[in-house]
Amino acid sequence: MNEVKNNFLQVGKSKIKVDGQALVTGQPVFVGDFIIPGMLWAKVLWSPHAHARIKKIDTSKAEKLPGVKAVLTYKDVPRIPFTTAGQGAPEPSPYDSFILDNKVRFVGDRVAAVAAETEEIANEALKLIKVDYEILEPLLDPKNSRKKNAPVIHDEKEARMPLPLAYQPKKNICAHIDIKIGDAEKALKESDYVIEHEYDIHYAQHTPIETHISTAYFDVHGRMVILTSTQVPFHVRRIVARALNIPVQKIRVIKPRIGGGFGGKQEVLIEPLVAALAMKTNQAVCLKYTRSEEFVSSRCRHPQIINLKTGVKKDGTFSAIDMRIVQNNGAYGSHSLTILCNTGSKILPLFKCKNVIFDGDVVYTNLPVCGAYRGYGATEGYFAMGIQLDEMAEKIGVDIVEWSKKIHILVGETSPVFAALGEGVEGVEQSISSCGLDKCIELGAKEINWYQKRRKKQTGRFRRGVGMTIMMQGSSIPEIDMGAAFMKMNEDGSFNLLIGATDLGTGSDTIMAQIAAEVLATETDKMIVYSSDTDLTPFDVGAYASSTTYLSGQAVIKTAQKVKEQILKVASEMLKEPLENLKAEHSTVFGKTGKVTFSEIANYSLYTKHQHQIMASDSHITHKSPPPFSAHFAEVEVDTLTGKVRVIKYVAAVDCGTAINPISAEGQTEGAVLNGLSYALCERYIFNEKGRMLNPNFDNYKIFSTADLPEIKTILVPTYEPTGPFGAKSVSEIGINGPCPVIANAIYDAVGARLYNAPFTPDKVLAAIKSLGNKFL
Amino acid sequence: MKIETFINEEKKKLNIKGYTEPLLDVLRRHGYIGAKEGCRQGQCGACVVLINGLAVNSCIYPAGRTSGKKITTIEGLGKPNNLDKIQQAYLETGAVQCGYCTPGMVLSTKSLLDKNPMPKDEEIKLALDGNLCRCTGYVKIIDAVKLAAKKLQGKK
Repeated sequence: MNEVKNNFLQVGKSKIKVDGQALVTGQPVFVGDFIIPGMLWAKVLWSPHAHARIKKIDTSKAEKLPGVKAVLTYKDVPRIPFTTAGQGAPEPSPYDSFILDNKVRFVGDRVAAVAAETEEIANEALKLIKVDYEILEPLLDPKNSRKKNAPVIHDEKEARMPLPLAYQPKKNICAHIDIKIGDAEKALKESDYVIEHEYDIHYAQHTPIETHISTAYFDVHGRMVILTSTQVPFHVRRIVARALNIPVQKIRVIKPRIGGGFGGKQEVLIEPLVAALAMKTNQAVCLKYTRSEEFVSSRCRHPQIINLKTGVKKDGTFSAIDMRIVQNNGAYGSHSLTILCNTGSKILPLFKCKNVIFDGDVVYTNLPVCGAYRGYGATEGYFAMGIQLDEMAEKIGVDIVEWSKKIHILVGETSPVFAALGEGVEGVEQSISSCGLDKCIELGAKEINWYQKRRKKQTGRFRRGVGMTIMMQGSSIPEIDMGAAFMKMNEDGSFNLLIGATDLGTGSDTIMAQIAAEVLATETDKMIVYSSDTDLTPFDVGAYASSTTYLSGQAVIKTAQKVKEQILKVASEMLKEPLENLKAEHSTVFGKTGKVTFSEIANYSLYTKHQHQIMASDSHITHKSPPPFSAHFAEVEVDTLTGKVRVIKYVAAVDCGTAINPISAEGQTEGAVLNGLSYALCERYIFNEKGRMLNPNFDNYKIFSTADLPEIKTILVPTYEPTGPFGAKSVSEIGINGPCPVIANAIYDAVGARLYNAPFTPDKVLAAIKSLGNKFL
Repeated sequence: MKIETFINEEKKKLNIKGYTEPLLDVLRRHGYIGAKEGCRQGQCGACVVLINGLAVNSCIYPAGRTSGKKITTIEGLGKPNNLDKIQQAYLETGAVQCGYCTPGMVLSTKSLLDKNPMPKDEEIKLALDGNLCRCTGYVKIIDAVKLAAKKLQGKK
């Protein structure tokens, strides 16, 4: 089923975003644009210590400061453990967080919070809070977390895992996984070629241009409304209810437009605190993170130390893959187990291999907290795998491009890893029903001019090289994720489409409108989309796991089909023709003898006869998570004198099934690629010896800007995924996984030096070249 | 203190908390919320507005200095259903994802095209270098500037 069906009228076409006009004219659409009369401003006192217990905290002076309305410490909030990870219930992340605690676990952890009439007063009040700390030994190296005498970061008795999974806080282990398929140890011994290496991949921040922001207030009935920049409004409602011990019924969560998320806002990070301040003051309260707070006190990408060993036979087939990981989660266990699992489940099934070991510990340290970040573990894993593949191809004497075509999973094939590894629990068996990876490899190689540029002998200061890798991701979490939609018809033939799916800037509102319009045989602009309001829209798990198009799109299809049936039924009555005579096209129902427009049908159903509202709703869960596939290629130029790497050209060829809105699919790919390049080459956290991040601003934590932009070429390779809406799979995450291995491989092609430690800053590149000694000519 | 400026070609009296109060705060307090806060350190460009046609980071620009000057905010360009050509170009090329950087990006584009109606790629990249975007990878933003240039020349 790889044929391409492109006789669509609404999907597969580049459409302007349904929210585009509001965004481009700067209308009030973001949380910070809504000022509620009398609203207070919140500020948080952050821990200056990596690990300490609060012995005494005196807030009396702060409370007396005029304009201060509330000061909260751990004494003022319920002692209910929860996880900030915005996942389905029960979450596969440990309950190791409190709204405020009497212990601080990293520099930037919360100590107290203030709500005051102005931000200035709130900041003044923070200075008046006196804290007496018992300073504890900090644990700053993830390699030391499991040592016998290591300080225990979560020694509180409440810390627990809500699912029956390995959780050993006394050993600083917040998650563990070990999977054995076949006999990898034996297979490695019998392999003709074996490579083993350790790969080190680093901290990074999402840096959405809008930082975390939430406003909580009370409506006329005394219910709490939380206006928040979130990817997971329904999880926010549930987790706030838990953390504050109030009923879900008392909370309404509204997601307006979001200024970027990338996984960072799949975190119920500040909502419980803002809600607690609103309850204490009985007033509206807004908390927004500063840029520096966003770097230090929100969430990061999980650094991993990956030991990867692969064995290959003479014929180029894999005999074994042995991947062992130590993942640093920082001070709290958000997304700990699931990120680790994803490092295995999004990488290992790509390769035809019967013997697999996947083993990992996720450890606590007294460093900033990690969470979901686009790529979600796959980015980390492909860094190791992508480099090792390149190294292996060289070792066995084949071209990596040609070899890549031979080792990957094909349509109709399955991998035992799918069933063995899920999101914290066992996975779901699946076979591949669409795969355009060969075409991705072929078109990408052509676009980068691979065979002319690879392995060029060069001398001189500036040397160029090309590198590539292949990858896959998933589309939603099978048997777990659920999305739902509701739709009703209006007099003019327009439709309200209410969805739980959360557009975080990705354009999913537009994609859902296209899907609905395609089913109904109408125009995309006939859809009035409203998403993510827990009072008004049906449930959806939210925007994560590359799920929205694939999962929520199917809920929209089912809903629209039901609406269409009702439209046809009314048309049948109006035209006095049986249903089988009728066909909907261009917002009109045609019979054999006549036709009625959607508008006429809506008016008839609302006002004329057998009056009723044409409306429907439906939900969808998936039983598969079909992978999108991609091949990435890059050409770089290395300055061998300074070690600086310049990307000349980057090619991302991606099979996302049917691209519902091609311009959006390209935009997702380009955004992911540039973020990945920036991560590969310059983004990094610099800590001092006490665990303090030293560079929490854009001057010292460099992210790519237009001046750094190389030529980027996106190639959409259409396939048809039979389980997806109109053949679609996901596209949003996969693109970020390529740049780290691809750039490392291109640097090797240019100068002959391998880099195993990201990012590839000039100092590391230079050191790698120097380590070649006489071999570098 | 009070100052008098021209915002979007309208004479405006602004109440400011002092000469150095950031222009961003003053604008947002007076209802011009199109300028966004992204860093408060002049490093991201989400708050860009034009002062006498020049793009500035309003989060670090002293409001007092705008006395007697012309300020252009995103509200001074098009409105929904009546977009300006640059805004139209941004939508048509897919240069808007989350939209948080967009007002600043559009104004930096305007500042560039007012001076240099047909910029080369490298000139566009330099002009927009102070405006960070984490969603788009900038590819379609560069396309938008080029399309806007054509539209403004009446070529598209």
